[in-house]
Amino acid sequence: MSRRPALGVILSFAFAFILAACGKEAPPPPAPKAEAPKPPPEITVKIGQASPLTGPQAHLGKDNDNGARLAIEEMNAKGLMIAGAKVKFELMSEDDQADPKTGTIVAQKMVDAKVAGVIGHLNSGTTIPASKIYNDAGIPQVSPSATNPKYTEQGYKGAFRVMANDVQQGKVLGEYAVKTGAKRIAIIDDRTAYGQGLADEFEKAAKAGGANVVGREFTSDKATDFRSILTSVKAKKPDLVFYGGMDGQAGPMAAQMKSLGIKARFLGGDGAQSAEFIKLAGPAAEGVIASSPGLPLDKMPGSKGFTEKFTSKYGPIQIYAPYAYDATMTLIEAMVKADSVVPAKYLPVLAKITRQGVTGPVAFDEKGDLRNSPITLYVVKEGKWDALETVGGEAAASAAAPAPAPDKK
Amino acid sequence: MDIFLQQLINGVVLGAIYALVALGYTMVYGILGLINFAHGEVVMIGALVALTVIQLLVGSGIALPGPAIAALGLLVAMPVCMALGYAIERVAYRPLRGAPRLAPLITAIGVSILLQNVAMIVWGRQYHSFPALLPATPHQIGGATLNDLQIFIVLLAAAVMAALLAIVHRTRLGRAMRATAQNPEVAGLMGVNINTVISITFVIGSALAAVAGVMISAYYGVAHYFMGFMLGLKAFTAAVLGGIGNIAGAMLGGLLLGVIESLGAGYIGPLTGGFLGSHYQDVFAFLVLILVLVFRPSGLLGERVAERS
Repeated sequence: MSRRPALGVILSFAFAFILAACGKEAPPPPAPKAEAPKPPPEITVKIGQASPLTGPQAHLGKDNDNGARLAIEEMNAKGLMIAGAKVKFELMSEDDQADPKTGTIVAQKMVDAKVAGVIGHLNSGTTIPASKIYNDAGIPQVSPSATNPKYTEQGYKGAFRVMANDVQQGKVLGEYAVKTGAKRIAIIDDRTAYGQGLADEFEKAAKAGGANVVGREFTSDKATDFRSILTSVKAKKPDLVFYGGMDGQAGPMAAQMKSLGIKARFLGGDGAQSAEFIKLAGPAAEGVIASSPGLPLDKMPGSKGFTEKFTSKYGPIQIYAPYAYDATMTLIEAMVKADSVVPAKYLPVLAKITRQGVTGPVAFDEKGDLRNSPITLYVVKEGKWDALETVGGEAAASAAAPAPAPDKK
Repeated sequence: MDIFLQQLINGVVLGAIYALVALGYTMVYGILGLINFAHGEVVMIGALVALTVIQLLVGSGIALPGPAIAALGLLVAMPVCMALGYAIERVAYRPLRGAPRLAPLITAIGVSILLQNVAMIVWGRQYHSFPALLPATPHQIGGATLNDLQIFIVLLAAAVMAALLAIVHRTRLGRAMRATAQNPEVAGLMGVNINTVISITFVIGSALAAVAGVMISAYYGVAHYFMGFMLGLKAFTAAVLGGIGNIAGAMLGGLLLGVIESLGAGYIGPLTGGFLGSHYQDVFAFLVLILVLVFRPSGLLGERVAERS
C-alpha cells in the first residue's frame, strides 16, 4: 500500500495552509450597538482602529489599539455633547496583520460599518492602499505611525498623520551618520513600504553628505536569521550598518552582527527604537543609535499623566501608543469643534486644528503631514534608550543636554 | 574565501536547525503517512514553556550555571510537549484515522492555528528575549567565525538522527513502529497495540520538538508565538527534499536547504548584478520544494524507511 501518490494532494494543501494562515483573522470585536436613527438623547459613534493584532508585529499593533482605547474611554467618561446629543464613542478595532491585502479588506469592512473616522493603520504598507478606500468613502483617517511620504502625497483630503514622515527622518539619520564620521555604509531593509522608504531616504542623505554606500541587503519583516546577509555585509567592511525595519528583526540582527564579529556601528529608525529592541539585542544593544519622530517620552508635554494612566491599565508603552492616543483625541476634538460627527462636516475642522497633544503640538500642513515635527535620536546606554539630540520642532533648543532615559520600559 | 566559508557555516547551522524540526515531521509521516502540520507549533510551545521556566529560575535568584538552567527549562518543556503531542494525536488525529486522508490534514491545520492563538493569549504578542545561557565562545577558522553553540546544534541534530534511526531499527518498539507503518491491521493482528505505538511516535516527536524549540530560541535569542509557522514550513520542505518519512533524509534535506538558502542569499545579488537581492532568501526554499516534486517526487533518499526495511 503505497501512500506516495497522495503526497501531491497533501502538498497542495500545504500551500492552501499558507494561504489560509495569511487570511485568518482575529475574533471580531463585540457587535456594535445599532445606531439610533432618530435624534435620541444618546448616539453611538464608531471610530475605526486598524493595526496588526496578530503576527510578528502584534505587540506594536496592540500598543496602538490600547492608545486609541484609552482616549475613547476618557472621552466617554466625560460625556461629550455633539449636536445636542450625548455621544458614546465605540472603538472598532481591526487586525490588518501588517499585510497590505488584509489592510484593504479591513478598511472596506470599517467603511461598511460606517465608522466616523479611522485611527491607523500602523504600517505604511497597509496605510497607503487603505487610504484610497477611506478617501473614496470620504472618511477621515489619522495614522499614528505610518511614516512613508507617499501616504500624504496622494492628494487625499482626509489623510493625516501625527508623526514626522520618512523623508524628514531618513534625512536626519543620514546626516547624523555622516556627521559622526561614517564613510562606508551598508544598508539593510525589510522590503516593506516603511523599511524600504526609510532606507532609501537614508541612502540619499548619506550619499549627499559624501558617504559611500558599500552594500545594500534585504530581509523580510518576519525573518530571524540574518547571518547570510550580514556575512555579505561583513565582506564589504562597512563602518556603519543602517537597518530600515522593526524591532523584532533589528534586535536579533544587532546580536548576530556581534556574533559574526562585525565591528560597525548599528543605526536604525523608529521601528527599532523600542524597549523590546534592547531586550532582544541583549548586550549587543549597547551603543546602538535609533531615531524616533517626536520628542522623548519624558519631554512630551503631557507624558507624565499619560504614561501613568497607560501603564497602570495596559502595561509598558511599546512605541506608538501616545501617537495613537493623540490621533484619537485630535479626531474627537475636531468632531466637538465642528459640532458634528458627519465626516464631511468635521473634516475641514480637522484639517485646520491646532491642539496640544501628549506628544506635542498637533497641527497639519496642507498635505496632512504634521507641522513642525521634531525628530529625536537615541542611543542605548546601560540597557536604556538615552536621548541624544532632537532635530527640528520646538524642542531643538534643548537638544544639547542629554536628557534622562525616556521611560519606555 | 573566508566569506564563502562563513556562508557555508551559516548554512550548515541553519540546516541543522531545519533538520531538528524536520526529524519530527518525517517520523510521524514515516509511521502514519500523516503530515503533522502542528509540529512547528509544538516547537514554539516548547520554546515558550522553557522560557517561562528559565525566567522563573533566573528571577528566583538561584545561582546555577547557564547550561544547567537551560537544561531545567528543557526538562519541563519536554513533558509538556509530550503531553501536548499525545493530546493532539488523541483528539485531532485518532478519531479520523479511518477517514479520507485530507480530513486529518485539515484538523492538523486547525490545531496549528489553535495553538498559535492559545500561545498568543498565554504568552502575549511581543517578542520574548531568550537569555544567553549557553556558551557561545567564538572560534576563528580560516577567517570565519564559528561558536560553541553552533557546533553543539549541528552535533545535536546528528545525535538525534542517530538515536531515532537506532530506535526505529534496533528496538522492539521500532519493529512495532515499522510493522504499524506497513499495515496497521495486520500489525494489530500480530499483537502490536497500534494505538500505543502511534501515541509513542507522537510523544517522541514532540519531545524532539521541545529540544528543537529550546535550541532555536537559545541560538537566535528570541522566542515568539509566531515562530513555529515559517519554521514548520521550511522544515517540512527539508523533509520533502530529503524524502519524507526517511530519517536520514530529513537530516540531509535540512542541511542542503540551509546551505542553499545561505549561499543563495549571500550570492544572488552579485551574481545577478543587483537585479535580484537577498530578500529572495525564502524563495529558494520553496523553489527547491517545487523542483524536487517535479523531478524527484519521493525526495533525494526516496522511500519511507519503514517500507524499505
